[in-house]
Amino acid sequence: MNAPYKESLTDPLVIGGQYFGSRLLVGTGKYRNLTETARALDASGAEIVTVAIRRMPLTATDGEPGLLDVLPPKRYTLLPNSAGCYTADDAVRTLRLARELLDGHDLVKLEVLGDQKTLFPNMPETLRAAEVLIRDGFRVMVYCSDDPIQARVLENMGCVAVMPLASLIGSGMGILNPWNLKIIIAEAKVPVIVDAGIGTASDAAVAMELGCDGVLMNTAIAHARNPVLMATAMRHAVSAGRLAFLAGRMASVPYRAVASSPQTGLIE
Amino acid sequence: MHTVNVNGQCEPLDTDMKVGDLLARMALRDRRIAVERNGEIVPRSAFDQVLLHDGDRIEIVIAVGGG
Repeated sequence: MNAPYKESLTDPLVIGGQYFGSRLLVGTGKYRNLTETARALDASGAEIVTVAIRRMPLTATDGEPGLLDVLPPKRYTLLPNSAGCYTADDAVRTLRLARELLDGHDLVKLEVLGDQKTLFPNMPETLRAAEVLIRDGFRVMVYCSDDPIQARVLENMGCVAVMPLASLIGSGMGILNPWNLKIIIAEAKVPVIVDAGIGTASDAAVAMELGCDGVLMNTAIAHARNPVLMATAMRHAVSAGRLAFLAGRMASVPYRAVASSPQTGLIE
Repeated sequence: MHTVNVNGQCEPLDTDMKVGDLLARMALRDRRIAVERNGEIVPRSAFDQVLLHDGDRIEIVIAVGGG
């Protein structure tokens, strides 16, 4: 008999040599306030949370808590992103500032965007930025297109995780091309994290059933009517999807019913 | 008057002002921030050494919510 599955650390997510119990990574944007952010993050069970780097507002904000004040460093691994950057130079500059801000923390989410309408990754610029960052000692998790060849190039360069989009950032359109994701998953030796496009719990479960190593989402939780409840749903969905993947689904039998109950011994 | 540009905003520059002095005047010394001067990061350990010059461009950043 197979051993029963025990929570998390029997099946850790390993990124850049670091072990994580949760395969759900969450963003911290778009919440109504920091209290809601903290509660949703808590409910999600996520251990890796993304943050953005922005100019400090120079209006008086004395004493007001900032985002970092509600993210206990013992509990969360921060993943600063280069969101909003459209060139390799801007992304590298942003992530170097992030490393300084976070006292030398070198695990980052690289994203270099192509245009404002789609927020699709600009892959040539992404590759350029990844090269500079890796040479500079960063552990790079990279937002990328769902092109298996680009993912392979990024892996070969030394990225510690590839993060293809499921659909457009913030769109909630779900997984548009499971086949491409499957090819990437089959080929990759680093974790494949679906980043962007998840709309609801079933999308997250499908991503995990495909064999993704993790799922990164923000809007699906933050813009749910009840973000804390949705965060809980996502935690279960990612976990359920992972278990289903490990369990191995039954073969599907199209257009023919196969009875589960005995066909013999019926009363007469 | 000599000035520095901080996050796109003009700030008066005192004589022999260091990055740390500017941050102290803005009550930002104890905040979780990172600082760039003319595109180069100023490490926290160098705040009290790096002199500001007229026209310097200073960027001060923080972590905010994002995906």
